[in-house]
Amino acid sequence: MSDMLSAAFITVFIATVIAQAMPLLLAAVGETIGEQAGILNLGIEGVMLVGAYTAFVVTLTTGSFWLGMLGGAIGGVVANLAMLVLNVWLGLNQIVIGLAITLIGEGITSVLYLQNYTKSPASLGAQPKLPIPGLSDIPVIGPALFQQSGIFWICILLALGLAFALARTNWGLSTRSAGQKPSSLDAAGGSVMRTRSIAVLLSGGLVGLGGAYLALLTTATFSPFLTNGLGFIAIVITMLSRGRILVVMITSLIYGLAVAIGPALQVIGFTVPADIIKMLPFLIVIVMLIVFARSSVVPPALGTPYTRGAR
Amino acid sequence: MTTTATTDVISLRDITKAFPGVIANDRVSLDIVGGQVHCLLGENGAGKSTLISILAGMQQPDSGSIAIGGKTVDISSPKVAVDYGIGVVHQHSTLVPAFTVLENLMLGDTGVLQNKKQAAERLEELADLLGVQIDPHALTSDLGLGQQQQVEIAKAMWKGSRLLVLDEPTSMLTPQAIEHLGESIARVKAQGLAVVLITHKLREAYAMGDCVTILRGGRNVGHIGVDELASYSEKQAQDAILSAMFGDDLGAAGSDPTAADLEEAAELAGATEATRETRAIDFETRPVRLELRGVTSRAGGRDIEAEDVTLTVHEGEILGIAGIDGHGQAALAEVVAGQRSAVSGTVLFDGVDITRSGVRGRQQLGVRYVTDDRLHEGTVGSMSVALNLVIKRIGQKPFWKAGRIQQKAVDAEATRLIDEYGIRTPSAATRAGTLSGGNIQKILLARELTNGARLVVVNKPTYGLDLKTVHLVREILIEFAAQGGSVLLLSTDLDELIELSHRIEVISRGSLVGGVVNDGAGTAEKVGHYMTGAIEGTD
Amino acid sequence: MTTADLKTPVTPNLPGSNQAGAAQRFAQGFIRSVVPVLLALIVSGLVMLAIGASPLEFFAGVWKYGITGSNWQRSLSLMAPLLIVAVGLIVAFRGQLWNLGYNGQYLLGAVVASGLGPILFDVMPAFLATLVIFVVAVLTGAVWSLIPAILKARYGTNEIITSLVMSFIAVGVVNLLIKGVFKDPGTSTPQTAVIPDSDLLPYIPGTEIHIGFVIAIVLAVVAQYVFSRTSFGLRVDIFGASPKAARHVGLNSTWMVILLFALSSGLIAFAGSVDILGQFSYQRADWDPRYGDAVMPLVFLARFRPVAAIPFVAFYAVLATGGTLAAQQAGLNVDFLLVIVGLILLFMTITEYIGDRRRLGQSYLPPGLKRTVLQPFRRASERNSA
Repeated sequence: MSDMLSAAFITVFIATVIAQAMPLLLAAVGETIGEQAGILNLGIEGVMLVGAYTAFVVTLTTGSFWLGMLGGAIGGVVANLAMLVLNVWLGLNQIVIGLAITLIGEGITSVLYLQNYTKSPASLGAQPKLPIPGLSDIPVIGPALFQQSGIFWICILLALGLAFALARTNWGLSTRSAGQKPSSLDAAGGSVMRTRSIAVLLSGGLVGLGGAYLALLTTATFSPFLTNGLGFIAIVITMLSRGRILVVMITSLIYGLAVAIGPALQVIGFTVPADIIKMLPFLIVIVMLIVFARSSVVPPALGTPYTRGAR
Repeated sequence: MTTTATTDVISLRDITKAFPGVIANDRVSLDIVGGQVHCLLGENGAGKSTLISILAGMQQPDSGSIAIGGKTVDISSPKVAVDYGIGVVHQHSTLVPAFTVLENLMLGDTGVLQNKKQAAERLEELADLLGVQIDPHALTSDLGLGQQQQVEIAKAMWKGSRLLVLDEPTSMLTPQAIEHLGESIARVKAQGLAVVLITHKLREAYAMGDCVTILRGGRNVGHIGVDELASYSEKQAQDAILSAMFGDDLGAAGSDPTAADLEEAAELAGATEATRETRAIDFETRPVRLELRGVTSRAGGRDIEAEDVTLTVHEGEILGIAGIDGHGQAALAEVVAGQRSAVSGTVLFDGVDITRSGVRGRQQLGVRYVTDDRLHEGTVGSMSVALNLVIKRIGQKPFWKAGRIQQKAVDAEATRLIDEYGIRTPSAATRAGTLSGGNIQKILLARELTNGARLVVVNKPTYGLDLKTVHLVREILIEFAAQGGSVLLLSTDLDELIELSHRIEVISRGSLVGGVVNDGAGTAEKVGHYMTGAIEGTD
Repeated sequence: MTTADLKTPVTPNLPGSNQAGAAQRFAQGFIRSVVPVLLALIVSGLVMLAIGASPLEFFAGVWKYGITGSNWQRSLSLMAPLLIVAVGLIVAFRGQLWNLGYNGQYLLGAVVASGLGPILFDVMPAFLATLVIFVVAVLTGAVWSLIPAILKARYGTNEIITSLVMSFIAVGVVNLLIKGVFKDPGTSTPQTAVIPDSDLLPYIPGTEIHIGFVIAIVLAVVAQYVFSRTSFGLRVDIFGASPKAARHVGLNSTWMVILLFALSSGLIAFAGSVDILGQFSYQRADWDPRYGDAVMPLVFLARFRPVAAIPFVAFYAVLATGGTLAAQQAGLNVDFLLVIVGLILLFMTITEYIGDRRRLGQSYLPPGLKRTVLQPFRRASERNSA
């Protein structure tokens, strides 16, 4: 009997870890692409919320989680347009624009949600599952890992694909040089503007996807300020991972563990105040920042708009 | 991909480019011919860099045209320049330090996946052509400056070049590496490529060039064709170039330049061997002002630190420190000025141990520092000239009383120094950042040499200045020493060191590797020997 | 000379008297500061229309509930914490340290007042208790800023991120305190005990504005004097303009970072304690007014001048005081204020861009803002650019 309990317990635990890790993973991968190209997006918190809200609305209206994810990605891209136009094109200050995106994203999603959904709390319905034949029958980890939604697998593939692209393709090389030394890219005949534009839009899409995952699959609802600082955690993870997406994936899992431990402890009888559970990821992050302070390396041209001829 | 050299002539016609306040290029015309090394000469600010930026597609001319093989072309972007086979090695590196050599070379390639195999083959081909060896997988930041330059040249020729432009390629190199470069240029030329070599050193132009064009104030003021240059003796070429370079500046307007003027101009232009201009002093009778005993510095940055440095500077002496840029000069300067702490060793000033005292303590004792980073370290560009002149004396009387600024005292001091050092500024309240490099350097000198200066550390004091200011700065330092002041002169310009120093020590990787007393000929060779000997194998 | 040097514009030596120049500069600076606010209000009106709310009703409500009757007194009371937060931000921003942990720092100061208040007012005279609370609040804020400050000073770790993360931790700590040791046992909702009116900060005679308002104004004036006239102010400005130059003139940058961060964070915490003792008298869990978010763009518009921040803060105090009720009336939620603040930030950068192009007034975005994210590479990048 106790074996059964612990097996089910572990299954739920693993599933929770993954559900918590995925939004962060997607957002951090998005932020990585942006930072590698030289754009530090402090607006990521707002972009995530926009993605989450759009995904929530789309899924609610169409009933499709897939369309919801797509809507979230598009919402993210749209939210990042401000960064594209004002920073990449006009060379205005990234930090100020980022903060503006965060504030507007927080404000507008909260206002819209409270205006439209407070009176009739909406339910999204059952999540789609895609059991992997064979593997999903493995005890304990089968139900946790291999009965995930197809969305999960697509997102994992997306992250792995981008890791490959960043390291092995000419696009990746251009993107990284835009963050390292844009003048090199320019002198080599590449376009800093185009490279950074693509990176910002891609980044917005991924961060929006992260928000969508959070709303649709992790919490199965939307609420104002749903992200609660997750975007900023994504920035820290991006910095600590030094542009390596595989490290981003591992660190996101650690975050997932930290968040999943709280409810798990509650199941086995420890009561942990909700505030501590909320605080824990930030505590871990600050400890990581202290321990790895020396290695939180960002691309040299991060934050600098590129003007040809100016050094 | 192979090197496709063509003998098409690249013609620039009436190129004009103006920036606010300055006409960088004023109707410049010249022809660049394949198989020849075309030297562009001119002092800082003559418009050489602007001209090649235009060739590289980094900037567009306001008017004028460029034709290749008689066909007018519009080089609207660096990509277009690359497509036309124009490869440029810029004065400032365009390599990404965090990338490997291969990654740097592949940057700008088209196609989805990186083709490392093809790139490695191309690199081998180019390395053969240049007569060099390059490790394709080394991180660029790990390479010596000479090797980085080889990679830059390979990159410029990557897509099959018709023209190779080298902007001040020798400024950072050891004499040995310069020789290597000369060999590579000869090989490139033999392939039929056109080479444009930009320099402000006359000797190099004569040694490496087939023809010479001289720019002054943005204008093409003289050209010596291939046959002409070949027929000239070195002296004839020199005189022809000098009179074009300096024009009316030589001697009083209207009269013929005197021999002395010519000689001075020649020295400034790096045409002749430099000689010491400082009065000799007798080391025995002069007391030691500064002494470093086994000093090793630490700052926690990525700079090369000073390692176990022992040296003495006497009263009235200028001690030169020669070395390739970035070999610990900044650390040495800062450890003397008090900006960087010494982890071991002792710093003695007038016999007193000052190892533990900071910038302000040493400043009051008379230890001063003219940094090489004038714009970001030496001055605060957003503040007034007046404030910048007293910035090292914040909180001290008479400029501050009880923490309150005394504007009148500050302005009076500023007016005095502006007059004394001839700082050209609209007013004392003008923001320092808007002044020219030369005037900013005068602010630094005025501030550091006033109010009881006894020892001044100067790092690259004339770097990037126009020739007149260069001359003025050197005069100021000579005068300071003649009055009994001591100077620790760190420079990468060997001629400058020989002109000013009584003795020269050579720094390499943070350590002093040898010293020469600067009297009579042969100093340059000895210093060069220490420089190359010390860093053999890295370039 | 490089092409970049060539581009450096020659200072225009404008003819005409200094007075005319100063007046003109002031006018231009004024325009440059006010235009973003106007544009933000206009665009936020359009947004309201788009989501089916009435902008006219909203702005009329702001006027009605923010100014008319005795409402102006509530607005001025709100100015007290806002202005102190503004001064706190200015201290850090002048040194180009981007302390964005203001929400947590504010709440820490508030919880010191709301938690210790009920205890201290019982055992000592109100005057003394108030003083103790202020001191403890400032110290708490200062200590809380040590981690971002030390990380910044030692390793150049981006202080925006560290201070933000510390802010989230502070929010958690404050909630734990309010639900734990500071909880009022008399109620079931998680909140602190109410401090009796007699122990709160007194009103300015004849009004219902507590003296926190006076404290804030005095602070702003003193800060203005310190920054513009004293050697300390100049040192901060040098440090802000260029850490390298600061080192060159003999300033200890480690100490400077820690000091400025502590001052900034301490002041913001002080604002929290003033707000509790002047206005709220108790604190609920999960309460977070996020004053700093609103004040941040305002200090940019004031170009980091404490006295210049006063009118901007007054404007926002009216907007926030009136806006809370007005938003409900217009069919909005109070979070809409965040949208307005965000729009001010956006239009600030845009006005800055156009202003630079047309040389209109003085810049309010310091160049060092971009440098902050480059810290780990400072040496390398500055060497490259040398």
